[in-house]
Amino acid sequence: MANNEQTHSHFPWSHVIGFALSIILTLFALWVGFESGLSNTMIVVVVVGLALIQATIQLVMFMHMTESEDSKYQTGTILYALFIAIAVVVGTIWVMSFGMSHM
Amino acid sequence: MKWDEFFVTGDPLIYGADVSIALTLIGVIFVLTYFKKWKWLWTEWLTTVDHKKLGIMYVMAAVMMLFRGGVDALLMRAQLTVPDAGFLDSTHYNEIFTTHGTIMIIFMAMPFLIGLMNVVIPLQIGARDVAYPFLNAVSFWTFFMGAMLFNISFVIGGSPSAGWTSYVPLAGLELSPSVGQNYYLLGLQIAGIGTLLTGINFLVTILKMRAPGMKLMQMPIFTWSSLITSVIIVFAFPVLTVALALMTFDRLFGSHFFTLMDGGMPMLWANLFWIWGHPEVYIVILPAFGMFSEIISTFARKTLFGYKAMVYSMVVIAGLSFLVWVHHFFTMGAGGAVNSFFSITTMLIAVPTGVKIFNWLFTLYKGRIKFTTAMLWSLAFIPNFVIGGVTGVMLAMAAADYQYHNTYFLVAHFHYVLISGTVYACFAGLHFWYPKMFNHRLNEKLGKWTFWIFVAGFNLCFFPMYFLGLAGMPRRVYTYGAADGWMSLNVLATMGGVLMGIGFLILVYNIYFSFRYSPRETTGDPWDGRTLEWATAAPVPFYNFAHVPEVKGHDAYWIAKKEGRAKEKKPYKPIHMPSNSGVPVIMSTFFFISGFGMVFSWHWMSIAGLIGVLATMVIRSFDYDKGFYVSVEEIEKHEQTTE
Repeated sequence: MANNEQTHSHFPWSHVIGFALSIILTLFALWVGFESGLSNTMIVVVVVGLALIQATIQLVMFMHMTESEDSKYQTGTILYALFIAIAVVVGTIWVMSFGMSHM
Repeated sequence: MKWDEFFVTGDPLIYGADVSIALTLIGVIFVLTYFKKWKWLWTEWLTTVDHKKLGIMYVMAAVMMLFRGGVDALLMRAQLTVPDAGFLDSTHYNEIFTTHGTIMIIFMAMPFLIGLMNVVIPLQIGARDVAYPFLNAVSFWTFFMGAMLFNISFVIGGSPSAGWTSYVPLAGLELSPSVGQNYYLLGLQIAGIGTLLTGINFLVTILKMRAPGMKLMQMPIFTWSSLITSVIIVFAFPVLTVALALMTFDRLFGSHFFTLMDGGMPMLWANLFWIWGHPEVYIVILPAFGMFSEIISTFARKTLFGYKAMVYSMVVIAGLSFLVWVHHFFTMGAGGAVNSFFSITTMLIAVPTGVKIFNWLFTLYKGRIKFTTAMLWSLAFIPNFVIGGVTGVMLAMAAADYQYHNTYFLVAHFHYVLISGTVYACFAGLHFWYPKMFNHRLNEKLGKWTFWIFVAGFNLCFFPMYFLGLAGMPRRVYTYGAADGWMSLNVLATMGGVLMGIGFLILVYNIYFSFRYSPRETTGDPWDGRTLEWATAAPVPFYNFAHVPEVKGHDAYWIAKKEGRAKEKKPYKPIHMPSNSGVPVIMSTFFFISGFGMVFSWHWMSIAGLIGVLATMVIRSFDYDKGFYVSVEEIEKHEQTTE
């Protein structure tokens, strides 16, 4: 039920800034990938770095990570999300190298 | 594109389907117009945000899809009954096993369970609706439109034929040039939005909307299973979304994520598909476990044995479900370390599952068991599921899997877990909670006929398949030779399939029969239930609870009945409820239009559809309707008529 009577009087500046930052970071990643002329390793490093920054922006500005009073659920969720992310990414790299690269 | 490329032509079965679809459509439109029901349809159903009505629509759509998927299954059984049969050609057979698998998992099993969750969960936790009723309607309509988009493929443009797993390169543009595969990608993508939203919605509902006093460890076990299912949905479905999007790019825009050429990785599709696909298996089995637990506890008339162990084993299953996906492609040829790791994690899942089996058995132990239809389904589930589970552990051994892989042994295994787990649960839950949906029970006698015929047919159909698999029959072949010696077991399997079909027809007749003749409910508690959904009146008022119930422990309604608090009178307070909205169904229609355009690469149409989606989102964003209050007089009027 939508019985939370929040007032939406102020302009959502943080959302606009977050949105703009997300677009800028994405465009920058595109530029790094196509135009920057860096080595492949550097491109990967920079793009992953930009992705982490953007993930943080999303969590803080859109997912209201800092606004909840109930930190128990938050911590649990973040830890579980980390577990899934690591399992999926590391697992995929391991599996798709057919287990030949020793991680 | 000429019209005979647009419509599927040349097959008498398809022409029959064309005619029946046209007749059904004309019939529905005629009935709605003749009885002047259009307005009723719009205000009561299409725009509703009531979780009970959405749940009913989910279940009805799922039963329709069960019919479609079941017809597919019977067509396959007909073709495989005798060697060298000419009933279906290979392409048609491929299309049918693809749509059978996809429809049964995505458009039958999940919506059936989600439908029952919709009806039951808010009632079980003493809430008046889900946390986001509008979003719930969006969930249903995107699922429905996705399902319809997938389903029209067999008369317009042609069905997908690369299997429900859609492995590349077979599903790629070179080997599947028709639009069928696009239907798969877009249909699942649109329906997937709905599923993801459902996961978020129920996660928040269960965490935030419980009645005062209900601690996490006092929640009914079906609510627990739905909570864990929601968590799995939220983490697993994004993987499918991304994988489907990447393959869509490959097919429509010429990218090379999964192609053989230009550095694509075909096996990455299998990898991503099963990172979603294995948790998906638990998405359709955990709610089933929850339902069986409720039903067994109710009809053994005992508190569930080992409640905490049940909860923890589900949590462990949820965690492990993300660590086992490679067992679907042991034969890919990964090194020993990879296969061993995933082999062991897979076998580990048998431990918490075994714990649950013993808990059900101990719940039954010394119970005063009532053999209702719902209970019969739950009792049959235990031995049948154990057969499926034990053969699953056999398949988990990577070395042995090289023998079983892609044989009928596997087909038998996953039907044993999915039918005796999920489908039995759907039927059990349908009988159990039917009074909460339609205010009357399903006829018990017809229900038991369905049960015995279906269960006998199921075992007759799938048990021989284990032996067919061991005898070497591969899955997904459209025919076999007489010299293979597989005919006698295939004949048995087909007979079993026919029995299951008869069981289903009796169930459908039962729905009609009970609607006509079953006595209406008067108490709201037909089974002497234990949890809060049975505390609601009959029929359940749209606001569910006139008073928000207070919970003092596990099996809240049982305790209230024992303490004589079940029918207390207190002064009413106005109830805040959400308003209906036409936006979800319109938004989903735009999704359908956009998806249809993308299937045929008519980009003007897909862009127009997406603009429509965006427009409906904007309209929703500026909608300041905050719902309405039900006045005390109206509550009193309702409560008098329902007692």
